Formats: sequence, C-alpha cells, structure tokens
Amino acid sequence: MSWIGKIGRVGRIVEPAPDAPEAAIVPPTGVTGSLQLRHVDCGSCNGCELEITSAFSPVYDAERFGARLVASPRHADALLATGVVTHNMRQPLLNTLKAIPEPRIVIAVGDCAVNGGVFTKGYGVVGTVGDVVPVDVEIPGCPPTPQQIITALRSVTGR
Amino acid sequence: MTTTIDASPAAPALGEGPRAARRSIDGPALSGGLTAILGAIGLALGLSVIFGEPRQLRIGWLLPLVGVRLDLDPLGGVFVAATGAVAIAVGIYAVGYARREHWARFPLVTLPLFVAGMLLVPAAGSVTTFLLAWELMAATSLILVLSEHRRKEVRCAGVFYAVMTQLGFVFILIALVVLSAAGGGDAFTTIEANVDNLTQGPRNAIFLLTVLGFGSKAGLLPLHAWLPKAHPEAPSPVSALMSAAMVNMGIYGIIRIDLQLLAPGPHWWGLTLMIFGAVSAVFGVLQASVATDLKQLLAYSTTENMGLITLALGAATLLTSSGAPTVAAIALTAALLHLLSHAAFKTLGFLAAGSVLAATGLRDLDKLGGLARRMPVTTVMFGIAALGASGLPLGAGFVSEWLLLQSLIHAPHDSITLVALAMPLSVGAVALTTGLGIAAMVKAFGVGFLARPRSAAAEAAREAPKSMLAGMTLAAAACVVFAIAPVLLSPTLQRVLAVLPRVGGDSAGPQIETILRLPGVAGSISPGLLAAALVIAILLALALARWGRRHRPPVAVTPLWASGADSLSPRMQYTATSFAEPLQRVFDDILRPDTNVEVTHFAESQYLVERVSYRTLMADPVEQRFYTPVVQAVTSWAQLVRRAHTGSVHLYLAYGAAGLLIVLLVAR
Amino acid sequence: MSALAVAAAALQVVGVLAGAPLVVGGMRQVRARLEGRAGGGIGQPWRDLRKQLRKQQITPRGTTVVFALAPAVVAGSSLLIAAIVPIIALGSPLDSVADLFGVVGLLFLGTVALTLAGIDTGTAFGGMGSSREITIAALVEPTILLAIFALSVPGQSANLAAIVSATANNPEQLVSPGSLLAFVALAIVIIAETGRLPVDNPSTHLELTMIHEAMVLEYAGPKLALVEWASSMRLTVLLALVANLFFPWGIAGADPSLLAVLIGLASIAVKVVVLAGLLAAGEVFIAKLRLFRVPELLAGSFLLALLAVTASYFLGTPTS
Repeated sequence: MSWIGKIGRVGRIVEPAPDAPEAAIVPPTGVTGSLQLRHVDCGSCNGCELEITSAFSPVYDAERFGARLVASPRHADALLATGVVTHNMRQPLLNTLKAIPEPRIVIAVGDCAVNGGVFTKGYGVVGTVGDVVPVDVEIPGCPPTPQQIITALRSVTGR
Repeated sequence: MTTTIDASPAAPALGEGPRAARRSIDGPALSGGLTAILGAIGLALGLSVIFGEPRQLRIGWLLPLVGVRLDLDPLGGVFVAATGAVAIAVGIYAVGYARREHWARFPLVTLPLFVAGMLLVPAAGSVTTFLLAWELMAATSLILVLSEHRRKEVRCAGVFYAVMTQLGFVFILIALVVLSAAGGGDAFTTIEANVDNLTQGPRNAIFLLTVLGFGSKAGLLPLHAWLPKAHPEAPSPVSALMSAAMVNMGIYGIIRIDLQLLAPGPHWWGLTLMIFGAVSAVFGVLQASVATDLKQLLAYSTTENMGLITLALGAATLLTSSGAPTVAAIALTAALLHLLSHAAFKTLGFLAAGSVLAATGLRDLDKLGGLARRMPVTTVMFGIAALGASGLPLGAGFVSEWLLLQSLIHAPHDSITLVALAMPLSVGAVALTTGLGIAAMVKAFGVGFLARPRSAAAEAAREAPKSMLAGMTLAAAACVVFAIAPVLLSPTLQRVLAVLPRVGGDSAGPQIETILRLPGVAGSISPGLLAAALVIAILLALALARWGRRHRPPVAVTPLWASGADSLSPRMQYTATSFAEPLQRVFDDILRPDTNVEVTHFAESQYLVERVSYRTLMADPVEQRFYTPVVQAVTSWAQLVRRAHTGSVHLYLAYGAAGLLIVLLVAR
Repeated sequence: MSALAVAAAALQVVGVLAGAPLVVGGMRQVRARLEGRAGGGIGQPWRDLRKQLRKQQITPRGTTVVFALAPAVVAGSSLLIAAIVPIIALGSPLDSVADLFGVVGLLFLGTVALTLAGIDTGTAFGGMGSSREITIAALVEPTILLAIFALSVPGQSANLAAIVSATANNPEQLVSPGSLLAFVALAIVIIAETGRLPVDNPSTHLELTMIHEAMVLEYAGPKLALVEWASSMRLTVLLALVANLFFPWGIAGADPSLLAVLIGLASIAVKVVVLAGLLAAGEVFIAKLRLFRVPELLAGSFLLALLAVTASYFLGTPTS
C-alpha cells in the first residue's frame, strides 16, 4: 500500500502533447481519434519495437491520441510493420494484411521497413515492406524516436 | 472409457442380409409402428386416467394363486403417459434406424415387448403383478442391450447390467414382500388400507431397501455403474427408451412406496433421499463433463437428472415432516416436472446421437465435428436437447430447476437446524450441478457439431432418413412446449399432486399459467414471455449493428486467422478431452484419471521430439473403489461355498431334505 | 403499470446502451491517471465503437450461424437484463417475468453463446478461450446462486423488486454479517464473470493468458462492435445491480413521478461511477492470477456465500 503514496508523489509523468501535425491521410473509416494497430515484426533488430513500446509508455502515451495496439488483425485498422522483410516472414505479412478488414492502411516504421536500412544486401532478405505490401505511411529513422512515431500516428488519427 | 465403433452400415450385421431380402414383411416398419401404436395407447390411457376416473383390470386366470391386477390412478397415469409419449417418438425413429443398421429379428420383436413391460409397471395394482412387470421390463431391456452381441464391449456391458438389475430386483423383492406381509395382502389397495398398522421398524427397512433397489434402476449412486456401461452400448432407440422411460420406473417406485404409502416418516428419510440425490447429481454431471463418448455423456447426464429429481423428492419429504407442506408441494411439482422434461430432452439427445452414430459410425467426440453443415437438422435437434439439459432459460429444464431452487430457498425460518443446514448445501449442490451441466452440454454440442470435422468419417456424414427426423421432431416439439409453455402441463401436475396427500398436504402447488406464481410464498417467472422478450432484445441488437452500414465495404469470406500460418488443419482444433482438461484438473482428486504421456525422441538427437502420445483413461471411481472389493469378497465367499459341492448325489439329496425340513418347521 | 414505469424501464435500456462505453472509458481513465498517463478520454470506447461499425463484415470460412449470431445473443441478453433489473425504478413491467434466478440464467445464456462461437471458429485459441471461460462459469454458478439465496432471505422472495424494497425499508440489515459476506462474494463473482483482474486481463496481448479475449480473436467490424458493447453492457448492468441490491437509496418506486425517475437516473449514475472507479483503482494494485489458482479464489467466494446464507438463517429475522 506504499504504492498509494508513490502514486501521489510521482503524479502525472506524461509529457505535454506537442501541436497536432497535418493529416497525412484520411483516417480509415472517417472516424477521427480511433486507430487500432496490429504490429508485425518482419525481421527487425527490435530497436523499432523498443521505440514503439516507449511511444505507448506513460511518458509519451500514444493512447491519448486514439491509437491502440491490439492482439488480432481482425480487430485492427492498420498494420504496423517494422524491420526488413525476410523470406520466412513474407507470407505471414501477406496473411496478416489479408486478415485485416477493410478499410485498412499499412504503416512502415524505421529505415529497414522503408528502404532496407543496413540489411539491404542480406541473404535472408526479400525486400522492404513496400516491396511486399502497399505502404500508406512511412516513418523513417533508425530507430525513429517516440515523438516521431507519435507524430506520424497523429497524422493518421487526426487527433 | 472412450471406445470407437467401426460399424460399417453397408455390411449386413448378424448374418441376416440374404434372408432379409427374401422376406416380404418390412420388419423395421412393423416393429417401429407397433412400438409407436403401443406408445399412443399408453399416452391416451394415461391422459384419460389423469383427467377422468381411475381404471381397473382383473385377470384372475393369468397367474396362479393371485391373478393379475391392474390399477391405474393419476400417479401411475402420468408415468404411463410419459412412457407412451417417448415410445411414439422412438417407434417412428426406430423404423429408419433399424433399417439402416439392419437389425435382426430378435431385437425387432423385443422392442414392442419392452415398451409393453414399461407401460405395465406403473399400472400394476398388486405386488405380484408389479414384480412380474418389472422383470419383463428388465429381461426385454437386457435382450435389447445385447443387440450387437458380437462386440466384446457389448457383452461385458450386458453381463454388468444383468447382474446389477437383478441385485436391485432382490432389494425390491424383499422390500415389497415385507410390505405385503405387514400390510396383510397382495393388492396395493389392501396394503394402503392397513398401512397405519406398520411399526417403524418395518417402515425403515422398506424405505432403505426401496431407495437402494429403485435407486439402482434410476441410476442413483452407489448402484449406478451399469448405466454408463449399458446405455452407450445399446442401440440408440433402446438407449432413448432406457434413459427417458425406464429410469423413471425407479422414481415411480420411490414415489409410490415411500411418498404415497409410507410418507412422511422421520426426518432422516427426507435427508437420506436428499443426500443420495445430491451426490448422484454432482457425481453424474462431473463424469459427464469429462466424458468424451457422446452417449456415455448423455448416460451420466441421466444419473445427474435422476439425482436432481430424488433431491426434490427428498426436499418435499423433509419439508412435510418438518411442517412446511406448501413449500413441499412446490418441491414435489418440481420433481414431477423435471421428470417429464427430462424424458423429452433425453429422448431427443439420444435420438440425435443415434443419428450421428448411424451417419458416421462414431461416438467419440474427439473425432467428430463439422456436422452442422452436413447434418443441419440433427444439429438443431441436438442443440435443443443440449439447451434443455443445461437448465438455461429457453431450455426444457429451466422451469423445473427454478421450481426446485424456489422450494429450497423458501424453507421456513423457524424450522429445525437440520433443515436450516440442508437447504443451503442443497442449493450449492444444485448450482454446481447446473454449472457443470452447462459445461458438459457446451462441450457435447460445440465440439461434436460445430467447427470442422476432425476425422474422415465425420467429413463423410450425411443427414438421417426422414423417419428418424420425424421421430426427433416430435421429441423436439415436446422440449419446446416444456421450455416456453409449461402452462399446458399444469392440470396434469395438479391432479397428480392431489393423489399424494401425505406429502404436500392439501396445497395445490404452483399456479402455472402464462406467469408461474408460487402459492403462499412470493415468486414468479414466465418462460414464454421471457422467450418473447429475449427474441425482441436480440432483434434490437441486430438493428443496432446495422448503424453505420452505408460506410461499410462489401462483406468478405476469408480464411480463418491462423496467427500468420498458411492454414489450420482440423486437428489443431480443441478436442473434447482438451476442452474438459481444466475441469478435470480442478476435480482431479475425485476423478483420478489415469494419465500417460509418452515422448519419442529422434534417434539422432535427444533434444528433438518426434512424437508425443497422450492417453487418459477415466474409469468410474465408485466402481473402482467400491465394487471391486465387494466383487472380490463375494468371489472368495463363493470359493468357500464350493467346498460343499463334492459331487456326491447322496449329499445333495441330504441337502434338499434338510432344507425342506427347515422350511416346514418355520412355516408351522 | 403506469406509463411512467414503462418509460422508466425503456430509459434503463437506453441508459445502459449509451452509458456502458462511457463506464468502460471512465475505468480506463482512472487506471491511466493512477499510472501517471493522460489516457484516451472517456469517449474513446465510443469512438472505437463507431469506427468498428463502419468496417467490413467478415465471414471466416468454416464457421456456422452460431458464430454469426452469438454477438447478437450476448448483446440481446444484456439488454434484456437491463430491462428487468431495477436500475432507475422498481416497477419494471418485466419484474414478474424473471427474478434473480432468471437474470442469472440470462447471463449464462450470453456466456454460453460466446463460448460456442469460440469453439465454432475452429482455431486453437478459440477453443482455449472457450474451455477456460466455461470452467470459470461452472465454478462461479454455485456462488451466485447461494448469494441470491442469502439476499432473498430478508424479503422472502427472489424477485428483484422485493429484495430491493426490503433493503430500502430496513437499512440496518445492511451491516448484518449475511449481507456483508454476500456483498464480498458477489464482488468476486462479478470480477470473474466480466473478466476483470485478477481473473482475466482485458488488455492483454498474450494469447496464453487470455480467457475472454481469446474467444473473440476472430470477430471483426460490426460483430466485434456488438461483442465489445455487450461486454461493457454486462459490466454496467452488474455494477448497477450490485449498487441497487446493497445501496438502494435514490431508486424510484413502483409508481414513480417524473421527478423520482430523474432522481433515480442521477443516483444510479453516481453509484455506478463510484463502483466502477473503485474497481478500476483496485485493478492497479493487483496482478492477474495464474489460471489454475482461479478455482481456489472461486472456492473461497463459495465458502463466503455459504457462510452468508447460514448467517442470515441463524442470525437474521425475516421482515414482511
């Protein structure tokens, strides 16, 4: 129960929200402020995953803009793809996208997903995410900071 | 135990093929038709006695010394009517089933005889007639259980069933002989006139013997073990008759002897019935929830429901003896209504299971599945039966269970400590039974009929022929009546209650109209209005889901989400064993399954697994811990007695003379 | 049956429909603020619902009509419970149609529908979620029925209006041992039935820890919206039921005036908000129980309910 005191002392730790960015695309279904994301790791080094986790942590709190990670692509609007696409993950990436109900978008996070990054010439690599599925939003960076990820997500949710 | 039957419908069973083709009489149609006609006669007779005058029949010459006496009053009438109704549905069903399974002559002839025996038992008016009708019923049912006697499991089940039936019969025989000796006559009317002369000693003895003997026929613990062996191995129409009509005869015996003649008795009578009932109910449903054989699951469910009925009868007796006749009448109504609704949904369940068995050759839930698209009518029928068995609203068993719970919670506050302790524990037992029953029925329906087929036989299933569907539809109609309009049974129940004045006093029981109201206590429910309201609410929900429709892209039919893999094989679905595994873990101490896990590694590497084999064997713990020692004791006793069999004829003559001398001395 | 009583019942249904996502949003906000975050706002579940209703309908291959109809059955049963239970006013027109046993039966009907849908998907996760859900439902039922028994003793009836008015007329029996034990037992039951911590984590992504979520992994679009809506409605209705069973003050009578209906609406809103907030705050301090420790928790709640009944038998005297 010392936690109650700790909660009182620490208080609010989330950073204040920066100004809303311009809308990159119309939110899927037209409802602003609601975006469910299904994350697929196509073959990344997990650096982008750590940044995504940070983006949803209490410090940056992406949920206040309507974005949420979900457990099943059937519940999602957007596919959040990280990493370069490897041979083994090519078909699962396609299957996941097919399982998402329309209207749906694809968000590629990190340099590897966008243009191959440092793994372009790898023997296990098929290509970038854009080579396998059509990409709607790109977030460059190696890895992109949580603020960049959140700005990109806000450009989709419109909030 | 899980068994798979590999009966191929194409091969003529029991060598009757060529002869059947030459015969011009359609055996199955004759047998099924006769059964249905007998059932109709029984139903009409029962209803006429319930709403009219009691009937009598005397055939003095049929039996030496005593003759045959048939006395039908409303209590017997309701049992005759229930048996008749079940027989109509089963008879029509058996026409198609016997044709498909190529029944031999013997079972075809015995089926109407079995129904006749069951119709005679509640109509018997004297002890001798009762016992003879009982044995007729037992013998014919044994013959029918052994229909597929070429299989070893059937023979084992038949022997087990024969021994336990006769053991129960011995108890009943002793009890009824004591009753007629103390009551001064053979006829039930004579006994009823003299019953007040019986002292407490014989009363207690008769009570215990009848509870054990009739309880064994009803499938109550501890003499229940024949039920989950015999009912699955019998052909499905016979299983339906046995589970929905024959076990009722055990309850009839308890009601006739213990509630009509000898009631109310001391408090421990009601308590004994409640304990037997509660233990049977919980044990039966527990075994059902972990059973993987579809028919064995339904058989254990019969034990459960008979336990609930006995619990209700015990509550009625206990409440009467502790001075609350109004509430006792509610409990008695609950028992009778549950008996009737159980007959309806258990018939439907076994007929649907028989349809599945005939189409796939499988009883094993672990290998079934996907039948909803291949056998849609059977699926709907089994769904109605499962809903009834689970005691949920809109199911056939809901109203009777509601009545039972109401009677248990309305026991008066100033009653004795025994009642104050027994009622909460009973509510707990009934609630646990209901919960586990829901789990068992969800497993049976979901794993057996939904999703995709788990074996080639299930994939090749085709719908049953029309006569089987017709029989199932009749039973389903009865289930729907019990679920939505139990008002139709109200006059019947009130008249039967009037014949049982010793339990429940002069109370008229619950008023069952569109809204069911309880007399003397506050409580009401309306199953019909509830069903209508639920349908309206579901339509409202569907209307809500249409909001935003114009923004939606067109509907898509897609493969299942297989977590990214390309496809899911049907073997990746949950089986009945895996579905029940959490429950099995929780009740591990009671069930004590025998589990064996075998891991085969690759020859090249100890760290890679080639195959894992999991085997679990669920034996009946009562059988293991209670019957086996008893059987061993009896066997060693028999070995001792063998020493008297020397082989000398002179010694045997001496034994006979000595026995005769003793009998003459005693009878003097 | 006055027109206002019928209107109050209709208002209950509409109120639960509209308010349930707000209750869930409020609970998420309480958790967020206690964790130091900002949270998505109380209106976030409504935004998600509106969005899901505009998405594509998907029919997975190999599923049957059970999968298609289960969300409507769950939602329908929740709406019916909202119409029967006295939330705003006592004299619901459906009060004599179903008592507390009937309401529990309807609750389980919804659970069974969703469980069958989980099996019908034919996936391993669907079966797993269904198997766990039905085990918990089976073990929770004895506690529920015994708690109803304990609650029905003062009013001598299991009809909801009778229980609520008996408590309203005799406030001193609220502190009786039977009542307190029944409250704790019912609290554990509600946590187990609605899938909150410590029995189930509603926001987990790990399928092997899921119970309720695993059954609905295959649902998408409008059906998913119905399922989520139905879950929030069940939670709201159960919280309102507990609030009115144990703290019935403010509820309108059997023949209410317009002012009484409005007071009833306001008081139930306050009560549900307080209970939901307490539940959410409690969740911050608890971790999810291992699945095979949950039966121990449920057995403990069963014992409490049994003690509640015995206490009300031996210690309490019935009123009426």
